[in-house]
Amino acid sequence: MSDWRYHISHNLGTLTAVGLFAVMFTIYISNHEAGLTPAVATTAANKAVLLALVAMAQTIPVLTRGLDLSVGSVFVLANCLASAIVVGTIGQGLLGCVAVLLLGIVCGFVNGAIVVWGRLQPIITTLATGAIFYGIALWIRPTPGGDVQYDIADFVAGQLFGVVPTALVVLLLVVLLVWIPYRSSPLGRGAYAVGSNEQAAYMSGVPVEKAKIAAYTLAGFLASLGGLILTFNTYSGEASAAIGGTYTLNSIAAVVIGGTSLFGGWGSAIGSIFGAFVLRTIEDLLFVFDLPPLWQPLFQGVVLLVAISLGAIRVFRIRNRLELFT
Amino acid sequence: MNVAAATQKIGLDVPVMVAFGCIIVILLAGSLYSPEFLSLDYLLQQLQVGAFLGIIASGAMMVILLGHIDLSIPWTVTLGAMMATALGGWIGPAGVWLAIPFGVLCGAFIGVLNGLGVAYLRLPSMIFTLGMNAVVQGLMVLHTGGFAPQDHATDAMHFLAVKRSILGIPNALFVWLFVGLIVIFLLRRTAFGRAVYAIGNRESVAYLSGINTNAVLIGCFAFCGACAAFAGVLLAGYSTKAYQAMGDPYLLPAIAAVVLGGTNILGGRGNYLGTIAGVILITLLQSILSVMQMPEAGRQVIYGSVIIGMLLLYGRGARTRS
Amino acid sequence: MTERTPLLELKGVSKRYGGIAALTDVDFKAYSGEIHAVLGENGAGKSTLIKIASGVTDASEGEVLVNGTPFRFRSPTDAMRAGVVCVFQELSLLPDMTVADNLSMAGTPTRGGFIDQKAQRARAVELLKRVGCEDVHPLELVKNLPLSRRQMVEIAKALAKKPKLLILDEATSALTAKDVERIYLIIRELREEGVGILYVSHRMHEIEELADVATVFRNGRKIETFKKGARSVNEIIQMMIGREVTHHYPPKPPFDDSRQPALTVSNLSWGHDLNGISFTAGKGEIVGLGGLDGQGQRELLLALFGVLKGVEGTVSVDGRSLQLSGPRSAMTAPLPLALIPEDRKVEGLMLPMSVRDNLTLASLQQLRSGLGIDTERETAAVNEMVARMQIKAPDTSAAVGTLSGGNQQKVVLAKWLMTDPGIILLNDPTRGIDVGTKQEIYRLLRNLAAEGKTIVFYSTDYAELIGCCDKVLILYGGRITRELKGEDCTEHNIVAGALNVNPVPEKAA
Repeated sequence: MSDWRYHISHNLGTLTAVGLFAVMFTIYISNHEAGLTPAVATTAANKAVLLALVAMAQTIPVLTRGLDLSVGSVFVLANCLASAIVVGTIGQGLLGCVAVLLLGIVCGFVNGAIVVWGRLQPIITTLATGAIFYGIALWIRPTPGGDVQYDIADFVAGQLFGVVPTALVVLLLVVLLVWIPYRSSPLGRGAYAVGSNEQAAYMSGVPVEKAKIAAYTLAGFLASLGGLILTFNTYSGEASAAIGGTYTLNSIAAVVIGGTSLFGGWGSAIGSIFGAFVLRTIEDLLFVFDLPPLWQPLFQGVVLLVAISLGAIRVFRIRNRLELFT
Repeated sequence: MNVAAATQKIGLDVPVMVAFGCIIVILLAGSLYSPEFLSLDYLLQQLQVGAFLGIIASGAMMVILLGHIDLSIPWTVTLGAMMATALGGWIGPAGVWLAIPFGVLCGAFIGVLNGLGVAYLRLPSMIFTLGMNAVVQGLMVLHTGGFAPQDHATDAMHFLAVKRSILGIPNALFVWLFVGLIVIFLLRRTAFGRAVYAIGNRESVAYLSGINTNAVLIGCFAFCGACAAFAGVLLAGYSTKAYQAMGDPYLLPAIAAVVLGGTNILGGRGNYLGTIAGVILITLLQSILSVMQMPEAGRQVIYGSVIIGMLLLYGRGARTRS
Repeated sequence: MTERTPLLELKGVSKRYGGIAALTDVDFKAYSGEIHAVLGENGAGKSTLIKIASGVTDASEGEVLVNGTPFRFRSPTDAMRAGVVCVFQELSLLPDMTVADNLSMAGTPTRGGFIDQKAQRARAVELLKRVGCEDVHPLELVKNLPLSRRQMVEIAKALAKKPKLLILDEATSALTAKDVERIYLIIRELREEGVGILYVSHRMHEIEELADVATVFRNGRKIETFKKGARSVNEIIQMMIGREVTHHYPPKPPFDDSRQPALTVSNLSWGHDLNGISFTAGKGEIVGLGGLDGQGQRELLLALFGVLKGVEGTVSVDGRSLQLSGPRSAMTAPLPLALIPEDRKVEGLMLPMSVRDNLTLASLQQLRSGLGIDTERETAAVNEMVARMQIKAPDTSAAVGTLSGGNQQKVVLAKWLMTDPGIILLNDPTRGIDVGTKQEIYRLLRNLAAEGKTIVFYSTDYAELIGCCDKVLILYGGRITRELKGEDCTEHNIVAGALNVNPVPEKAA
């Protein structure tokens, strides 16, 4: 019985994000003129899954007390590459998909290698590699355009059995086949251990370097998967610095709303998924409530800032001021 | 020994020397392409363009020295530009000069809010300033009605940003010099500057030494906001008007310039000479790549690679194991 | 016994940190089925020995042999694989993870490459039971456990690795009496199973009760290894502190009860850690804080300096009441306060910064002229202080981190002396520094007292309290349980006071 108490308290951040999303989505749907039709759900899901994947990508380096400012660039790069090589027959298209994901893995590995072996700070490393990845994206696709294999795209951007948005199923599969196995492997737990206290992790025999490199590599993979799915939604590629930047920044916000600590060692990619959903639903809510479009960016910003500020609650519990500085 | 002591005194340490070395290499390489690169006119022009980045980087450096970061720079730049041009429009001729301090004050105000969040709420600066950036963006979208504003830069702004009043030296360079001297004085000569380094090294030590660390945090963020807004005011003067997202291209170069100049991204170490070198380096790099008609794609790749390469030379952290 | 191959042997091992010798030419053997006590003062080289044995650091010279074959531990993991497991003094637990996760961090039970939660859980339950922590839930986060439980989990974690040689470094310092009994029991069981044990402790009675063999270290050298009962307690102490024992401390003036009060504390309370503390410290008086570690001494000093929030009670300095709102207000009191903090690396110094920057950090307000700092006056003040304190640094621009521990501590002291304080609070200032510097500090404190300054001095070393203090306050459970004056400051009284009542009651969690 009491096990439940612990499971709940360990996942409080995720559960809060889930609850927040449920409330907001209910409000959204009950005010939407069409209600919850498959079409409405698919539109919402297709947008939300993109950010959810990038937020998952961001979560893993953050767990190790790092940060990946290149996730947005990898996302854009994958989008551009996919718009160039995911073409032809279904078979060729699928092969292209694999190539896109491989590129993402390579990008992530480069980040991890520089952070671990180069011993550079993650912030500045991924800032710089982000520029490089974006440059490559621009080289592949100097102007927006390209194409994508229509059969795969329609399948992924459509509905399964005419009801369930396929993108959601893809996300679920990622959770089941990537996140949960990772989380329950020694490597994944190593990421938490490194973020919790790197020195203690080292003393406890955790393979610190391996855990960090794996974290960045996995981040590259997830971000490129997001970029791939973006291509299926838009049928084209665009090397846009604005898109990359927005996704990077929103991914950090989603991670925080999802209950993951930016100081590492605590949190979950599932929380980040719902953090991303919450961010997306805010946009949709503004739409259904007919908020003047001019007010929307401000409203979004304020909501974001308030959500972030909830993290300050711990300050009021501190009794020894020296603990403020840790 | 004496030379070493002297170079250390003016802040000419290894990263700074490497950065200046790179500047010379870039100029020489450029001169092979075209002798224009070594002409005084070209260099002054680059310094004029670099001055805007230099002013932003001055503020960013103060915050980075604390071990924090300010991601609200992009829209604070835009805020400064828009508020200044707007005041010029609202109050007419009286606003010609008044517009400048007004824009700067608006930026400082945003900085104070950032500082309050970081100091009193103890939120990570990266995420709090990110949220602030979104809020300021919202405010500016609201202010302009979603379009580029009709207000144009005042004559004073144009004068500072574009004109060359003395010996053909761009006025913008004097403005950067002015801001730079403030930073140098603050960092080297005042208790405030010592406190900045102390907090960047270890805030608990600074606190236990009787330093009001919260006030220092707020002060630095305010300064950073003011610098960003000031640069925005000048940029508006340079391009004659304020427009949406005009600050976006300045965040990453500003951080890169500070870090390439040898300032530790985790705070506590760095000097202004390095930041000057970093700013010039970044400006020249951008300029040369564009003169050589390097496509944007190549520019980005080279830009990122140079940062990584230089940091691998001198910016590496310590090993876990002693 | 002596013919057996030692489980762990160190041959001619030396270790230097930046030119300072921490360990010099040490030969050391540990056998299986034997409890080997390692004794020595702070800074004697015990912790360096342990770090080398457990792979945390490398020896500068010499050889490490496991079961007779040379070994080079590149990491704690290497040492673990060779069967050498250490329970570290600074905990190696991961605060944000569950007890069960922590217990299986190394040697995780897996099934098909994934962590076997069930097996991990079962292992945790068994280990917790073994160390008598059935009350700790395996899913509890380590950061939510009280310190004493955390220490038990740390021990359980070491047991999980099935050690051949178990090293316990001050493993009982935060434990309750009941837990200590449990640990003794486990250690004896392990000995029966043939495990070798290295036991580092400051508590003489623990050593007497447990050890089969003991080795004494002093100043980084091994002094002697002897069997249980071969040496008397007095002889052991003599070995630990060396010959200079009688000249260790500067002479004390006779106790004077009529001093003008400088610091008056009444009814100071803070949560469960401080419970109604009242005392007076006079001008020119050195007041010691004694008692077992962790009885509120540190909190008391922090509270006086204004660092703690929500402190009740009143403090007055030179007759005027002191706002406990922060270091700034403490430093501007009629008699300015200074705090020499516990951990000089985290609270006292900015290691990468220069001696000069560290020295003047607390006194920048005094060095101001106009908007800026008067650098000439600053240089003069720094040079004067470096000379007065005999700080050995190549240059005042050298990074403090490159100095030896003793010189670093002198920099911390000097930094605060530059503020010209009237009341100096010291939190265990001689921990981990060499004997020579210790003596300099003792003389310094006595000289400062003679100048009329008030000193409140917490030390974990009873001998220091006896040697330095005019008056000793014994804390227990956040209360002052005894006040020893002048001639009453004897080891017997201090130890008796520290233990307060017997049996020792459970510490509140």
